Amino acid sequence: MILWATFLMALREIRRNAMRSVLTTLGVVIGVAAVIAMVTLGEGATARVTGEISGLGRNMLIVVPGSARRSAAISNAAPFDRDDVRAIATEVPGVRAAAPSASRPILAVYGNKNWSTIVTGSDNAFFDVRSWTFLAGRRFEEAELLSGAPVCVIGATVRKELFGATDPIGAAIRVRNVACEVVGHLDSKGRSTFGDDQDDFVVMPLVTFQRRIAGNDDVAAVFVSADDTVSTEEVQDRLEILMRQRRRIGPADEDDFLVRDMKEITRVLETATGVLTTLLGAIAAVSLLVGGIGIMNVMLVSVTERTREIGVRLAIGAREREVLLQFLVEAVVLSTLGGLLGIGLGLAGSYGAARALSLPFVFLPQIIVIAFVFSAIVGIAFGFFPARKAARLNPIDALRYE
Amino acid sequence: MSGRTRTGDASFPLIELRDVERVYGKAETEVKALAGVNLVIEEGEFVAVMGASGSGKSTCMNILGCLDVPTGGEYRFRGVDVRTLSRDQLALLRRHYLGFVFQGFNLLARTSALENVELPLVYRGISARERRARAMGALDRVGLLGREKHTPAELSGGQQQRVAIARAIVSDPKLVLADEPTGNLDSVKSVEIMELLTRLNRGHGITIVMVTHEPEMAAFASRRVHFRDGRVERDERSATSDSGAFQTLSVEQPIGTA
Ligand SMILES: Nc1ncnc2c1ncn2[C@@H]1O[C@H](COP(=O)(O)OP(=O)(O)OP(=O)(O)O)[C@@H](O)[C@H]1O
Ligand SMILES: [Mg+2]
Repeated sequence: MILWATFLMALREIRRNAMRSVLTTLGVVIGVAAVIAMVTLGEGATARVTGEISGLGRNMLIVVPGSARRSAAISNAAPFDRDDVRAIATEVPGVRAAAPSASRPILAVYGNKNWSTIVTGSDNAFFDVRSWTFLAGRRFEEAELLSGAPVCVIGATVRKELFGATDPIGAAIRVRNVACEVVGHLDSKGRSTFGDDQDDFVVMPLVTFQRRIAGNDDVAAVFVSADDTVSTEEVQDRLEILMRQRRRIGPADEDDFLVRDMKEITRVLETATGVLTTLLGAIAAVSLLVGGIGIMNVMLVSVTERTREIGVRLAIGAREREVLLQFLVEAVVLSTLGGLLGIGLGLAGSYGAARALSLPFVFLPQIIVIAFVFSAIVGIAFGFFPARKAARLNPIDALRYE
Repeated sequence: MSGRTRTGDASFPLIELRDVERVYGKAETEVKALAGVNLVIEEGEFVAVMGASGSGKSTCMNILGCLDVPTGGEYRFRGVDVRTLSRDQLALLRRHYLGFVFQGFNLLARTSALENVELPLVYRGISARERRARAMGALDRVGLLGREKHTPAELSGGQQQRVAIARAIVSDPKLVLADEPTGNLDSVKSVEIMELLTRLNRGHGITIVMVTHEPEMAAFASRRVHFRDGRVERDERSATSDSGAFQTLSVEQPIGTA
């Protein structure tokens, strides 16, 4: 069994040249680990962005005062009011729900604990448009919304910071100078792509907010959710027409409000994550290349000795194919070993990194296969082809090689 | 896999060189290492190749060992023109018929003496156990028993040379080509090696072609071929030569091919 003997011989050569074997394997390990880690993290980021976009609420549009040219902050565009919200909700076909929104940063206090957060005045449409689910408690009652009752619903972060493990329902928290009763709390959405905590807020009825906190009747933004049956572009057009009428903007004048389609934001985010994935892919490709160059260096350094070895083997009667089989087995064993180590390292590394960056860990079998195959090709190419070149020499030329 | 190449008819001489030339390099840098060598060696002979440094002895040995090909002329091994053989067939010829002792040993580095000696047997498809036994036997014959675990770096020049000889004879070849096998040995060890080669020649009918500078060593051979400037200058046979007897004995009795 020359085949089996050759296989054993290859294993012996690997052990005999431990340093060379380790260096070769290292190249493969780095390449494979880098590719797996990079692509897994890139996919994790993409998955989170996608998850978040659906978490923001499907088919969502946001109407804000201001213009595309001048930002809302410096423009003197008038804010909206409750009638605008009602008009949007009732007069525009294709609008499923419209939630007013006005916010202030405040300090929320419960017992001896306090937490700076944001309080938003809105109504029950807020929970529909933004797809919030209740962990416990209830929405606002009609009477509470109309009378401006001191009640509120809190996000997961506020609940955790103020109440810890205790039940917040029925407790009274102080929001600025309003003592309001917690009637519900929401499920967590976690951090957004930009790293901000989406669960860090308190919602109260708009009227309560306007009277007790803002001291005016302004509505800073309207969140609109469109029906699935109509396109958001269509709803956007209708909203623009309605708002131009309501705000009495002449045909020649510019809009003093903006209707933003979340789809656009989605597109921007997707472009951004696409760039991210490409970038990570490029880094990974570079690491593969570096790994490959590492392997090549090791091979080139050892080529003199190996060519002599091949010369000896040929001289004592080995055929080209028997020499090549040995070198092929060596290359395959080393790159397989490196590939497996690289996969382990890459998965462990990306799992750790994903946790540290609070990204989802996405297991991608296909990238593991690709990285493995690629590393095997690199290892075999650099291990096998120099050997093939040497095995095709006259035995005496291989023996004399220097 | 057929273990045999066409080996020709045993009624042909084992080795036949006709006007063999070997030119190294091109144009101005051209060196004519062999300039028309004619040489016939019969099976069972013990030939010493002598001559000044650079006279083409090693070049000729490489061609005899099918490690190199002539740039001109003809080399017949048992009547077969080696130019008609493929690379694989030449490899099989080396595997089954030849043992080579290189001027520079050419042992595998970081590899034990035993494994170095076993190597030719691996390519003959011999089982690990038998390989070990035969390699130990060969090491015993060159007086290296007890050193089988040492790597070339842990052996003296003379010991390395003996490992190289053990490797050449372990497969019981028909023809042993030895390029200065005693070049690194003191005279006592050299004589031991010569006696070993003589035993192989007489006892097993193995044909031996050996390069040497020393007349004392050449005296062990039955024939001395003198090279000068890439040609055979002189070819003398010992009066006491009795190789002919072994020649007939060995014709139909292949060694190491069982
Ligand atoms: N690979 C080579 N390339 C070019 N010239 C070579 C090569 N090998 C040998 N020669 C030349 O061929 C000639 C014969 O060399 P060879 O090695 O056969 O001599 P030699 O008789 O074995 O000498 P020595 O006794 O020193 O071993 C020398 O002039 C040498 O320089
Ligand atoms: Mg020489």
